[in-house]
Amino acid sequence: MVRCEVFMSLFAIQILNGLQLGLLMFMVAAGLTLVFGVMDFINLAHGVQYMIGAYLAAVMIALTGHYVVGLVLALIGVLLIGLLLEHVVFRPLYQRSHLDQVLATFGLILFLNQGVKMVFGASPLSVPIPSWFEGAVLLGDGILYPLYRFVIIAAGLIMALLLWLGVEKTRIGMQVRAGASHPDMLSALGVDVRRLFMLIFALGSVLAGFAGALAAPILSVEPGMGDQILILAFVVIVIGGIGSIRGAFAGALLVGLIDTLARSYMVDVLRLFTGAAAARGIANGLSSMFIYILMAIVLFLRPQGLFPARGRS
Amino acid sequence: MITQRGAKKQRPISAVQASLALLAFGIGGAQAQEPLKIGLVSVLSGPQATLGQQVRDGFQLAIKDLGGKIAGRPVEVIVLDDELKPDVAVSKVRGLLEKDKVDFVVGPVFSNILQAIHKPVTESGAFLISPNAGTSNFAGKACHENFFVTSYQNDQPHEVLGKYAQDKGYKRAYLIAPNYQAGKDSLAGFKRHFTGEIVDEVYAPLGQLDYASELAKIASAKPDVLFVFLPGGMGINFVKQFRQAGLADKLPFLSAFTVDESVLPAQQDAAIGFRSGMSWAPNMNNPQSKAFVQNYEANFNVVPGSYAMQAYDAGQLINAALTATKGSTADKAALRAALKKADFVSLRGKFKFNTNGYPIQDFYVVKVAKRADGKFQTEIEEKVFSDYGDTYAAECPLK
Repeated sequence: MVRCEVFMSLFAIQILNGLQLGLLMFMVAAGLTLVFGVMDFINLAHGVQYMIGAYLAAVMIALTGHYVVGLVLALIGVLLIGLLLEHVVFRPLYQRSHLDQVLATFGLILFLNQGVKMVFGASPLSVPIPSWFEGAVLLGDGILYPLYRFVIIAAGLIMALLLWLGVEKTRIGMQVRAGASHPDMLSALGVDVRRLFMLIFALGSVLAGFAGALAAPILSVEPGMGDQILILAFVVIVIGGIGSIRGAFAGALLVGLIDTLARSYMVDVLRLFTGAAAARGIANGLSSMFIYILMAIVLFLRPQGLFPARGRS
Repeated sequence: MITQRGAKKQRPISAVQASLALLAFGIGGAQAQEPLKIGLVSVLSGPQATLGQQVRDGFQLAIKDLGGKIAGRPVEVIVLDDELKPDVAVSKVRGLLEKDKVDFVVGPVFSNILQAIHKPVTESGAFLISPNAGTSNFAGKACHENFFVTSYQNDQPHEVLGKYAQDKGYKRAYLIAPNYQAGKDSLAGFKRHFTGEIVDEVYAPLGQLDYASELAKIASAKPDVLFVFLPGGMGINFVKQFRQAGLADKLPFLSAFTVDESVLPAQQDAAIGFRSGMSWAPNMNNPQSKAFVQNYEANFNVVPGSYAMQAYDAGQLINAALTATKGSTADKAALRAALKKADFVSLRGKFKFNTNGYPIQDFYVVKVAKRADGKFQTEIEEKVFSDYGDTYAAECPLK
């Protein structure tokens, strides 16, 4: 009976962990999927926005000594840097081939990773948890869950809701949806596509930067921190369907949950079949492959993704 | 003279100029005036650069403290970045040996680089002094008379915690390390002196950032003690999340290379009270170490870790040996004998070489503390091993 309770509370925590990872990924993937879906632009440098958000948050919070003020300043900074990048680097590339876009934005990753290292140094920065979110919540049998992780989950859900309302219920959102399925028709109807692109790009930058700033207190802020999340974000949008916010949301939660649960329970499942040492070895390899296997299955059965943007196939 | 490859470099005076100068001054003993060339191979780019910078700065500080001269000869340190890539390290080291004709190579930080450069350096007749990496193969059967280590054999810092956990009477240990060879060696090292129950050993993917799921499992397993080997950024994340999960007050935290001066500036208060194993800490109570720490902080504005200390001792070691041979590197056997004596005052106090060129020294459990000036450092808590040599030396054929 006691064992069962421990199992249930541990399981609940792993679900929360999966949700939290998924929602962080969603915030990065939402911008990526819109930029890719609406503008048909492959932006490998999207992960860099996440890193810049974390760095600016670290610096601004340290400078102002106030979490919210620092966060707002950091988001303004991310927005300005995003607009600058759009203007200088991305705009001339919209009409070019995907290969050119990949090369240029990959170059931007190298440039900006090295740039933050030159400005802030190679050693990671630290961001304290805001004092009113310190502490942990007791979840069953002595297992504590940090309050701040609930904050991340809540912030992620609120962002998702706002984004859904914005895309589904507003005029600009309608243009964005139209852009995702029929961009040429949209511009033929007289919509200023260039302004729309800039808006989408700015939104994507701020979302990624916000995710980075939220993650900063639990992760180390270091050069190259955006690269790993970028790969995950691409997996998410391929699974969810390119250009679709709904798809990004479903894909991110799916990837977050599957990755977390596989890492937590794969060893125990395999132990039923083989010895402990062998189970550990296989589980390590298998659990890190799981989300890619999922992506392969989705691509095979539903190449357009689970929730593709309407009118796109 | 200290030069960095790639930056504008002053060419050493040519042989003709040198002999002209000698004629003009009419002094003999050409070799005593020739610069002593030392190659320094360290990782200076990428996320591990903080370790490499400590090695570089520690070594250069030693040379600076010697007035830039060893046994009357000016010292030229050629600094190279191995980029943490074995192939890059080997080609750069070949250049040092063939083009610059260095007498000593000091480096590297990481064991995989050591595996790559050990053979080219030792076979060329130059001496290789490792300020950090100390793998088991070169301590045992593959030991070499031209190879010296000023740090430790890699297993030892992990063994310190295993012995400590055993001595403290902890019964149930939970172990976590990254899923690669050094992670497996680490846990094997911990278990060498720990005979209690291993509740679980977890291998996390190398470079993992979020440990929420591992932390939940640790909390539910309720072990007596936790042993962690998560170097670099992994350790920064783990330590912060461990503290946030409220485990720090309940579960003793023992670690190797997870809380040290290279990552403490990022971990800060989250790491206070966490333990690690090492042969030295910045609060070591002897005059030479105190002077070193003060000097290092004044020069580089960071607290030196063991990496810097070991590199500084490497500089002292070379100085002691050349002083014994009166600045001559011609007689390799005499130089080797002088190196083996390790006739210098180590920053860690007692220090001598084993038959395999690895140190015999004391090891301590160290604990993270916040200093009065707000900086963080590890501090010696208690001695765990005295005059401790490694177990592989018995397999080394050298006498």
